[in-house]
Amino acid sequence: GLFVWHLKNTGIRQIPCQFVHLCRVANDRLITFQYFNFLKRMYVTQYNKDLSQRAKPKSDSIASPFRELQQLDQEKKVIHKIRPISPVHQPLSETSSRNELREVNSAAVAPVRAEAKEDRQWKEMKLRLDDLPGILARLSKIKLTALVVCTASAGFAMAPVPFDLTCFLLASLGTGLASCAANSINQFFEVPFDSNMNRTKNRPLVRGQISPLLAVCFAASCGVPGIALLTLGVNPLTGALGAFNIFLYTCCYTPMKRMSIANTWVGAVVGAIPPVMGWTAATGSLDAGALLLGGILYSWQFPHFNALSWGLREDYSRGGYCMMSVTHPGLCRRVALRHCLALIGLSTVAPVLDITTWTFPVISLPINLYISYLGFRFYRDADRSSSRKLFFCSLWHLPMLLLVMFTCKKSFLEKEDKGDLLGGNHGRAMEIRLP
Amino acid sequence: PPAHSRNDWIGPPDKHSNLRPVIFYVSPEESPLERRLREARQEAQACDQRFWARHNRAFRQEKEEFIYSRLKAKGLEMRDETGQKATLNAEEMADFYKDFLSKNFRKHMQYNRDWYKRNFTITFLMGQVALARALKWLRWKKKNVGN
Repeated sequence: GLFVWHLKNTGIRQIPCQFVHLCRVANDRLITFQYFNFLKRMYVTQYNKDLSQRAKPKSDSIASPFRELQQLDQEKKVIHKIRPISPVHQPLSETSSRNELREVNSAAVAPVRAEAKEDRQWKEMKLRLDDLPGILARLSKIKLTALVVCTASAGFAMAPVPFDLTCFLLASLGTGLASCAANSINQFFEVPFDSNMNRTKNRPLVRGQISPLLAVCFAASCGVPGIALLTLGVNPLTGALGAFNIFLYTCCYTPMKRMSIANTWVGAVVGAIPPVMGWTAATGSLDAGALLLGGILYSWQFPHFNALSWGLREDYSRGGYCMMSVTHPGLCRRVALRHCLALIGLSTVAPVLDITTWTFPVISLPINLYISYLGFRFYRDADRSSSRKLFFCSLWHLPMLLLVMFTCKKSFLEKEDKGDLLGGNHGRAMEIRLP
Repeated sequence: PPAHSRNDWIGPPDKHSNLRPVIFYVSPEESPLERRLREARQEAQACDQRFWARHNRAFRQEKEEFIYSRLKAKGLEMRDETGQKATLNAEEMADFYKDFLSKNFRKHMQYNRDWYKRNFTITFLMGQVALARALKWLRWKKKNVGN
């Protein structure tokens, strides 16, 4: 979230795949608060590395976009290199003339360039143990998994029961393991397709950093303990939901991506289940509150994904993926707008079901209206800038909505009071309930 | 790859297919099972390479033709005054993307089936080879401990 804020504030307009790549690059180097200073330092060290790399003979004939930089003389000072990079990078991203931006872009180019060079070499297919954590993190899409665990925790937190820390931790861990397993199998199924799409061509299986057998074993060793943990350590309902979600994601959504546009709806259900799992972990039952939280996440998936897929139409078309943005663009935008508006409706239903107080629809109205406005702009304009705005908005909209929901959560003690007409029992009820 | 290496080597993405070629290491003591695995992987690599190289080439070609025909319809040239290649924006290209996807749907369905089958077979063979190697190592260890 912090990273996105930084990017937004500097107005760097990266295309989504570059944004994701930058995210990955930056995350690999552990993003800190002083993002720009950090990049400046990195820029210098990468340059030192590159200066020594240029001594190696050029063994590959594949043209690299940064070839002219490689041919510069050794004696040329680092300072002179800053200028050639910016025009090269210009076509890739529309930058303003601000020096700060150029510096950041050059700094962003340096790690990308170093990686691009490394990519052109032949690598031994031998698994090194110190690379393994990074490889497994990328295989399990660890950032997405973290987001999924967050939504599950939100579901747990919103449940109207006393907070049980052990249960919470077990549920989060179980959900995280299940998500790792599902993501690994997804990547196992999609190797040649991932190689052909810009967004996904640096995944571990595509690059041969890990064998398919190991990927499957890793998935099994995450999935089985994860589901077992949920079934035995939390409750069978949550375990069943977790197992069902893994099945839905790997065996329904992944193959369907190449067969029919209905995959988006299936994918939205996959995204909606984790908060439901969090809720059932806390309460042990599937009640209206769980379904409402699931509904909110279900609706959120559409503006999020439809906006993202708008910029990837070429890759989807070439890769053979059946997505609304390619085959039914009008429907794509209509559905995104429809679900933005549905979010407003669902937020209003929350207090009716006694999950939150009436302040929740009121406070969440501004952000819901804003995302609906962007959804409407996307619907009307149907261009890259409106799709990007909608996508980036969805990234902060969800955490904020969940946070507001949590702060407006109706305390279950209040509900006890409401249902408890006898004043005498009031004090006793509180004594019993408080941990 | 160096001659002394006992591992497979993977290279940069191919220009046409975007797939990374693998050079397989042939061990002198390769068992029949290991040979089956290696041949399956080589065959799969060849199939994938053929499919994607042809597919991507067709995509690029049809995209060029589409751009050319659209520009002609608009009365523009392929290159503008500065000599830069004229392109259509994403909205105009959308028709082409939709068309290309539907045209190649059957081809993709067939490829998907083949790919899933090959992927499962190869991974299963890898599992068998790994198991065989583990058992061999255990037997060797037992023999050594016995001595």
